[in-house]
Amino acid sequence: MSDSDDARVDRLVDELVEAHPPGATSEEAFWGAQYDNGLAWVWHPEGFGGLGLARGLQARINQRLEKAGASTENRYRNLLGIAMGAGVLDAHASDEQKRRWLRPMFTTEEIWCQLFSEPGAGSDVAGLATRAVRDGDEWVVNGQKVWTTLAHVARWGMLVTRTDPDAPKHQGMTYFIVDMTADGVDVRPLYQITGEAEFNEVFFNDVRIPDEHRIDAVGAGWRVAVTTLMNERVAIGGNVPPRQSGYIGHAVDVWAESGSDDPVLRDRLLHLWAEAEAARITSIRANEMATAGIPGPEGSTGKLAWANLNKEITAFTTDLLGLDGTLYPDGYELVRPEGLAQHGPQKAFLRTRANSIEGGTSEIMLNILGERVLGLPGEPRVDKDLPWSEVPRG
Amino acid sequence: MADSPTVSYAPTEEQDLIRTTARRFLEERLPIPTVRELMMSEEGFDAKVWKDMAGMGWMGLAVAEEHGGSGFGPVELGVLLEEMGRAVTPGPFFGSAVIATTAIQEAATDTQRADLLPPLSSGETIATLAIFEDPRRWSVESPGTKAVRSGDEWVIDGAKRAVIAGTEADLVLVTASTDAGVSLFAVPAHADGVEVSPEPVLDPTRRQARVGFDSVRVGDGARLGGPDAAAALRRTLALAVTALASEQVGGAQRCLDMSVEYAKSRHQFGRPIGSFQAIKHRCAQMLMKVEHARSAAYHAARVTDDPDELAVAAPLAGSVASEAYVWVAGENIQVHGGIGFTWEHDAHLYLKRAKTSSLLFGDPSYQRHLLGQALGI
Repeated sequence: MSDSDDARVDRLVDELVEAHPPGATSEEAFWGAQYDNGLAWVWHPEGFGGLGLARGLQARINQRLEKAGASTENRYRNLLGIAMGAGVLDAHASDEQKRRWLRPMFTTEEIWCQLFSEPGAGSDVAGLATRAVRDGDEWVVNGQKVWTTLAHVARWGMLVTRTDPDAPKHQGMTYFIVDMTADGVDVRPLYQITGEAEFNEVFFNDVRIPDEHRIDAVGAGWRVAVTTLMNERVAIGGNVPPRQSGYIGHAVDVWAESGSDDPVLRDRLLHLWAEAEAARITSIRANEMATAGIPGPEGSTGKLAWANLNKEITAFTTDLLGLDGTLYPDGYELVRPEGLAQHGPQKAFLRTRANSIEGGTSEIMLNILGERVLGLPGEPRVDKDLPWSEVPRG
Repeated sequence: MADSPTVSYAPTEEQDLIRTTARRFLEERLPIPTVRELMMSEEGFDAKVWKDMAGMGWMGLAVAEEHGGSGFGPVELGVLLEEMGRAVTPGPFFGSAVIATTAIQEAATDTQRADLLPPLSSGETIATLAIFEDPRRWSVESPGTKAVRSGDEWVIDGAKRAVIAGTEADLVLVTASTDAGVSLFAVPAHADGVEVSPEPVLDPTRRQARVGFDSVRVGDGARLGGPDAAAALRRTLALAVTALASEQVGGAQRCLDMSVEYAKSRHQFGRPIGSFQAIKHRCAQMLMKVEHARSAAYHAARVTDDPDELAVAAPLAGSVASEAYVWVAGENIQVHGGIGFTWEHDAHLYLKRAKTSSLLFGDPSYQRHLLGQALGI
């Protein structure tokens, strides 16, 4: 990226903020203007929320916007849309589809969710069984998705379906954008071991999707799904929290409050502190290398490292509580949590059990490290060339 | 809790050049078969290679130009040590060019530095730091070795152990208790009353000696710096741990590379063993440990000018890199199976270096104790 591009986006941000002072403009109106000025996804083409510039410039834009008092909260409020959905539309959708969906996505007027995982398709998501059958200009969908964040508030869902059961599993899929308010879409809260429901189950019962809401070709669903997941990885990386923050910071606070001088507990705490700090510096190093355009192995270890550490640290913090660790102060009320609530040690201990499962299990992450980073050979795949309908499931 | 300072971890072109030059030299002059010969020899190193290393400017890499060095710092020294760790380079480099040189830089007066550093930078003199006495005591304070004033001389009595490069050294820097605290003295290895006894070592590529001092007399000028050298010695050890962490990273990376190469070529049950998750996942875990150790080591080498941050970063690097290297070197043997347990295979060279390194300046739990002190935990 050249200096002149830096200067150009700086100027455009200043003009945007001047024309729509953040204090005197509603968030939605500001985000709409940001989209119209090409500062939403700066690497998208002009007219679709971008200016056709380098992707790396977006961080600069966001920082400058935040400095000027503008909110970039939409990126979290509509995380799946803005981080992943937009990438899918940019790479695979028609101009008409982009015009329909991108702007209200960015303004958060329309929230998005992602419908990939199924009860029978977890790590092997390409084995999914939700069926879409063509009926004239429409498709009729039946099946079940699971672990769907935001489905209960979403207007649109990124849906991967099986359209050709007789093709090998990667070839017979088609990708749609489904209207979550359509008849036959049933969203139910999925209660997890914490007693809360952050996620949903989504049932499709003869749901009709117009063919114009299909993304890319019939049978190209896996390719589009891979784009979605690659954007997920990019979105998850990025900001590195400060030293001794998050779970390890909490563990240190609980240790200090406990007044303990037990040398064994102290060594366990410092061990976790050291491991967490080494992982954190690795993330900083990874960001530096990625920004310089030389992504190395350090960029692929973060998800795995943090899943492990979060589990160990929260288990240790619960140990520090002693008998209080046997209590569950919030009770199991079976509710939907409000926003990102601060978890006490016991709830954090339970919640982090999912860190090594969600967004790619640690076993899958180890496969990725082994095969893509270290170049080790893959497992023999017994289902690769079989028609999907003949692959054992369950 | 103050956040960590922002530093850049990416290598400069100059550092890349140091790396490629070092790798080429070590591959040509100290390939593993040569290392294996030297580790079984009486001397443990090759004086000719030592001279050529000196010619490359390695001994004075992190020494000021006015003292005959190249004026680089801990980051460049770390790059060189990473390559030496990779090659399990034998000889007194770490003991002399890293530990003893650092001790002189940290503790000595300007005049003493001008006197002592040039022959160390040129490789003419080999020095060592004799500091430890009890097997599980890594503190610099109150050594049992005593120095007593007698006229305008000092008389030193005591015994030191784990003296790295002690068998090769011409000059021994020894810590001793005085009325004023702990002082550091520079004693010629051949002075009357100095007895150097080689130890049978776990890692024969890194020699150690016990050094006894029986009424050894040195002049007043032999005391480096002021009467209380405790702070300078603590800083010397923090810098030694920092430097060692880079060497540990280089060794650990080599173990990972050996395992990955073997897992790709070794076939059992009709498949490369690296296609089995049991092996693949082990290698991926090794990668993660190596990268974490690298992060901790690189960070420490970049914050040596910031005393508060070094107090955190050095024991962080010491504990993380030590545990990573020992674990990865052990897993490397496991990935290789039976062949990895043979004398003929190189895996044991790395395991022995790893285990030794994890104990030299304080085991990982001692490093975490220092970390806790720095953090107020």
